[in-house]
Amino acid sequence: MGFFDRLREGLSKTKKNFTEKVESLLKSFRQIDDDLFEELEEVLVLSDVGVKTSQKIIENLKERVKKEKILNPQDVKELLKEEMLNIINLENKLSEKYPLIILMVGVNGVGKTTSIGKIANLLKSNGRKVLIAAADTFRAAAAEQLEIWAKRVGCDIIKHVEGSDPAAVVFDGIQAMRARKADVLIVDTAGRLHTKKNLVEELKKIDRVINQQMPEASKETLLVIDATTGQNALNQAKEFNHAVNISGIVLTKLDGTAKGGIVISICDELKIPVKFVGVGEKIDDLQQFNAKEFVDALFEN
Amino acid sequence: MFSSLSEKLQDVFKKLRGKGKLTEKDIKEAMKEVKLALLEADVNYKVVKDFINTVTQKAVGEEVLESLTPAQQVIKIVYDEMVNLLGGSDTKLTFSPSGFSIYMMVGLQGSGKTTTAGKLAGLLKKQGKNPLLVACDIYRPAAIKQLEVVAQKAGVKCFANYNSKDAVKIAKEGIEFAKASRCDVTIVDTAGRLHINQELMDELVAIKNAIKPTEILLVLDAMTGQDAVNVAAAFNEQLGIDGIIMTKLDGDTRGGAALSVKAITGKPIKFAGIGEKMEDLEVFHPDRMASRILGMGDILTLIEKA
Ligand SMILES: Nc1nc2c(ncn2[C@@H]2O[C@H](COP(=O)(O)OP(=O)(O)OP(=O)(O)O)[C@@H](O)[C@H]2O)c(=O)[nH]1
Ligand SMILES: Nc1nc2c(ncn2[C@@H]2O[C@H](COP(=O)(O)OP(=O)(O)OP(=O)(O)O)[C@@H](O)[C@H]2O)c(=O)[nH]1
Ligand SMILES: [Mg+2]
Ligand SMILES: [Mg+2]
Repeated sequence: MGFFDRLREGLSKTKKNFTEKVESLLKSFRQIDDDLFEELEEVLVLSDVGVKTSQKIIENLKERVKKEKILNPQDVKELLKEEMLNIINLENKLSEKYPLIILMVGVNGVGKTTSIGKIANLLKSNGRKVLIAAADTFRAAAAEQLEIWAKRVGCDIIKHVEGSDPAAVVFDGIQAMRARKADVLIVDTAGRLHTKKNLVEELKKIDRVINQQMPEASKETLLVIDATTGQNALNQAKEFNHAVNISGIVLTKLDGTAKGGIVISICDELKIPVKFVGVGEKIDDLQQFNAKEFVDALFEN
Repeated sequence: MFSSLSEKLQDVFKKLRGKGKLTEKDIKEAMKEVKLALLEADVNYKVVKDFINTVTQKAVGEEVLESLTPAQQVIKIVYDEMVNLLGGSDTKLTFSPSGFSIYMMVGLQGSGKTTTAGKLAGLLKKQGKNPLLVACDIYRPAAIKQLEVVAQKAGVKCFANYNSKDAVKIAKEGIEFAKASRCDVTIVDTAGRLHINQELMDELVAIKNAIKPTEILLVLDAMTGQDAVNVAAAFNEQLGIDGIIMTKLDGDTRGGAALSVKAITGKPIKFAGIGEKMEDLEVFHPDRMASRILGMGDILTLIEKA
């Protein structure tokens, strides 16, 4: 199955609501008026796009409708798609320069560890030698969970005992990466709220170790965001980006009914691309993000 | 210190001084700001609409009290209505009259069920109970191990069966084990699942029918957005929940999902998770939550002073 079908399948229930809504909405309107725009804004807000970004999109839409003299409510849908695409269509390829170190960060329970399993599997099936470092030394059984994923993937894992210094795990991971000539090192970190100063400092320390120990490596710092998250995801992105410079987003749990619309606000404000989407709990429930297909999948029947 | 909603309302009402009553037009202006604030706090769009209608009706025609500025008066009406909708006063966990209580933790993936199960066990232990944790998540990698570690941290026993792939059977075994070990509280941890996954929702119903829990507690991430209503409604319709626990309130989320899920299910929010450690569980206070959703930590003092 290609990305499009997978995503469509993952989004089917989601999309159905959304699309049916937009369709029925547009059908119920004979002409383009303020009520129509207000209803469209409601659809966006209900997808967690956020009031500010929604209003901005609708304002742009209004201007274009006026300028391009659009009269048919049906045509408004294509324009809305275009407007959303303009925002989220950012360069989003994962670095293909090796050695590559991928640092996974995010708040608690969003799907970091699971996504690492999936990404490791993807890279391994592309012929890469992958190593995983268990730098979540805090949460109960975090290393055990990652170990099971490493086994599923069939790659090595570097871990220390619970409670040890996560930066030391990363240090060891990098030494092992050199010694074993791995192409990719993926670092799991403990979930942490972006508001916790000491935990954010800990993350910066891990980041420094990576930069110091292997400055020649290319680096990806991926922020994992749960699609069910509301407006707080924007604060998460801002704070994590401020601390460790986020290079991409992994949007998880898109197999539910949540729409993940907040990434549109994040792309709009921070220009951080979505690189992967998670559509389930299994090892191959990960897809590369494709902006056009994402928007199409949202609107198509 | 005034926060932004309060400031905005002050602006709206600036011209209102000296007026006798709040007119519909005055209120409508103000409600635009309130609506925006609630949506930014992740209260569900439809819940916001209902809420605004109710508050508007209550506010129109109110005398502008001498002691309050109109802005503060409207905030008070909004705040009171929100506290009311959030459940008014604190709601306690109920215990079974039999002296043997069973609680079942349910919710989406990663919402905080396992951690909260441990916290709740710890809390009840402090109150003199003898709790047992039962590990019914047979899916997530290392879920059982996680609950065992959590149990140890909370200083309570944990029942697990590594050889079984049948959550219903494990739940029943757990209850028997609890009775045999003279435990008076059993807390059952279940796997995270999507509310639209019929097979896994059926598993929960089967566990419920097998062990007849005293309470089924929906564990909900406070950062949840507009989808919270769908999740809560589905769990409540298919399973019948008795209460809600909001987790991760230690962050900076405004937590509007609390208002949404209470409005949609009518079920009380009983506890608030405020951290990752075992002691980070509090009784849920509707008044504090209302201030938080409105983005005004000091709202009480603000209103009291006036
Ligand atoms: N439905 C669904 N569940 C997912 C997805 N990704 C992760 N999960 C589940 O979400 C839960 C949390 O995932 P983890 O990978 O442990 O999340 P984490 O961010 O590492 O959590 P912490 O380390 O505790 O902060 C698990 O039950 C996963 O199976 C997804 O794309 N879809
Ligand atoms: N900051 C904070 N983190 C919390 C809170 N409650 C739970 N967590 C964290 O959230 C993450 C997920 O918690 P779990 O208890 O594993 O969640 P779960 O619902 O059992 O997850 P699944 O079994 O995968 O569905 C962990 O990192 C916990 O430490 C809370 O109140 N505050
Ligand atoms: Mg993890
Ligand atoms: Mg769990």
